[in-house]
Amino acid sequence: MSSTISIGGLLRRPEAGAALGLVAVLIFFAIFGGMTFLKPAGMASWLNVAANLGVIAIPLGLLMISGELDISVGAMVPFGAMTTAVISGHYGMPIWIGVFAALGFGVLVGLINGFLVIRTAVPSLIVTLGSLFAVQGIVLGLTVLITKSTSVALATEGPAKAIFGDFVMGGQLQVMVLWWLGLTALYIFFVHFSPFGNWIFAMGGDKISARNAGIPTERLTMMLFVLSATSAAFVGMCQAILYNSAQVAGGQSFIFNSIIAVVVGGVLLTGGFGSVVGIFFGTITFAVVTQGIYYTDFDRNWSSLIIGVLLLGAVLMNNTFRKMALSYAPKKGGK
Amino acid sequence: MSNPILALRAVNKSFGPIDVLHDITLEVKAGEVLCLLGDNGAGKSTLIKIMSGVHQPSSGVIEIDGVACPLPSPRAASEQGIATVHQFGGTFPLMSIGRSFFVGVEPTKGWGPFKVYDRRRANAIAVKAVQEFGITRIDDGDRLVGGLSGGERQSLAIARAVHFGARVLILDEPTAALGVKQATHVLRIVNEAKRRGLAVVFITHQVMHAMAVGDHFAVLIRGAVAADFKKGEKTREEITDLMAGGASMASLEAEIESQMAQA
Repeated sequence: MSSTISIGGLLRRPEAGAALGLVAVLIFFAIFGGMTFLKPAGMASWLNVAANLGVIAIPLGLLMISGELDISVGAMVPFGAMTTAVISGHYGMPIWIGVFAALGFGVLVGLINGFLVIRTAVPSLIVTLGSLFAVQGIVLGLTVLITKSTSVALATEGPAKAIFGDFVMGGQLQVMVLWWLGLTALYIFFVHFSPFGNWIFAMGGDKISARNAGIPTERLTMMLFVLSATSAAFVGMCQAILYNSAQVAGGQSFIFNSIIAVVVGGVLLTGGFGSVVGIFFGTITFAVVTQGIYYTDFDRNWSSLIIGVLLLGAVLMNNTFRKMALSYAPKKGGK
Repeated sequence: MSNPILALRAVNKSFGPIDVLHDITLEVKAGEVLCLLGDNGAGKSTLIKIMSGVHQPSSGVIEIDGVACPLPSPRAASEQGIATVHQFGGTFPLMSIGRSFFVGVEPTKGWGPFKVYDRRRANAIAVKAVQEFGITRIDDGDRLVGGLSGGERQSLAIARAVHFGARVLILDEPTAALGVKQATHVLRIVNEAKRRGLAVVFITHQVMHAMAVGDHFAVLIRGAVAADFKKGEKTREEITDLMAGGASMASLEAEIESQMAQA
């Protein structure tokens, strides 16, 4: 049996809405802003935004597919940045200690989130809302206590700078873009080709049936929370190294932006449906809208309006495509 | 016939001060359908949960093949070949037939860290398993489970359980949410499972469906087995009366008739 590719078959895929949305915004900005944003300099501007967002959006999307949510990522970005800056900047320790500490705290917060969710049965929105504020408090309190400032400088040289926080290809593209592409490829394999991906979808579809089928749902939930918190800490850490400083504020925008990217990407909020490629497209779509506005004559204040409309449009379109997927039956066998 | 595959001996269950099941003794043999009848709240769900390892009995013994065998978890029950299929099939509406069939035991191809899910093989096996149960309308393993009818979903879940070596099939109200035609489908599949030598525990409150497939009937009232009889020993009216608590059904009928007469 050869896998036949048909229009209908493509539209039934979870990423169909995201792909069409992306094409639509590309056409929109090509008409109103010219082709500048598709030239290398213009592309770098939205690829950088997409990369930082995408590294967080994919693990967050996997959590959403499994039926959970993690909004503490908004605090984990400054937490990761500040940990690196305080350890390697303020105290002047080797950068690798800062890097591992930032990632280690990511793992720790992820474990706490996951543990609370599986043990208390409190919705993960509430659990991670709590950890969002708690971690924000820790970042602000500890930073001011230790450094007497809300902004900490960090100077990095050598391989760590090149790996985590430098520009590549002529000095405009952040190295994060390469991380993002590499991680996306890994996630695609993990979610859509390895057998584990099936478990995430099963968990989001029906947690009790999944557990009865022998899937270690609790361990998987923990793992996904660790993944999202660590990814956010990773992005923060890289930003601190890139910009040579870290601020206690900022990062909250990642909460809504990554949820928008995930939902535009075709992930069902209640779980059980979605794809990594969809989230990838959703992330690019979001980045193109926020950055593309600079290449048009529009006042950039309008960009939120476009994002809002885009989000609603994408959700409606995704609902339609999902219904098509559900009602699909091969025409040959008569009813 | 041989020993019962699954037997409960004087099983009691209480949640704190509330007694839910009293002295339940039941058994089901290979190739036999045991129908558990009971009104809502009679303790059917608790009984299923004890048989499928979700709850532990407060006292009493579960025997498998005549040997006492506690079922500490759903996993332990499925290792003993006890599979439970719930009202809505316990399947995943937004997953493909092939993927949901193999949840937790995905077939793979390739080697080492590059093992990938073998979609083609999964789809082929799943479709074949379902078609062997007479559901020939399912012929594409990429279809989403949510697009199947209720009866087809039940059939998929039953085919899945049988494929993975179930010996005892516990069906929790499989026909409750189905139309007449769909229910007939499911009943036919229950018969097919029985023909293959599975022991089936069929939970329902629809007497008609029970009588169509059952060999052995047990009526639960307020957590106790109120009647235990073989096929043909009681009429449909008698069973309905039993389920509703005996005389109460008759008095209800009389009441309705007198109201009709007044109107």
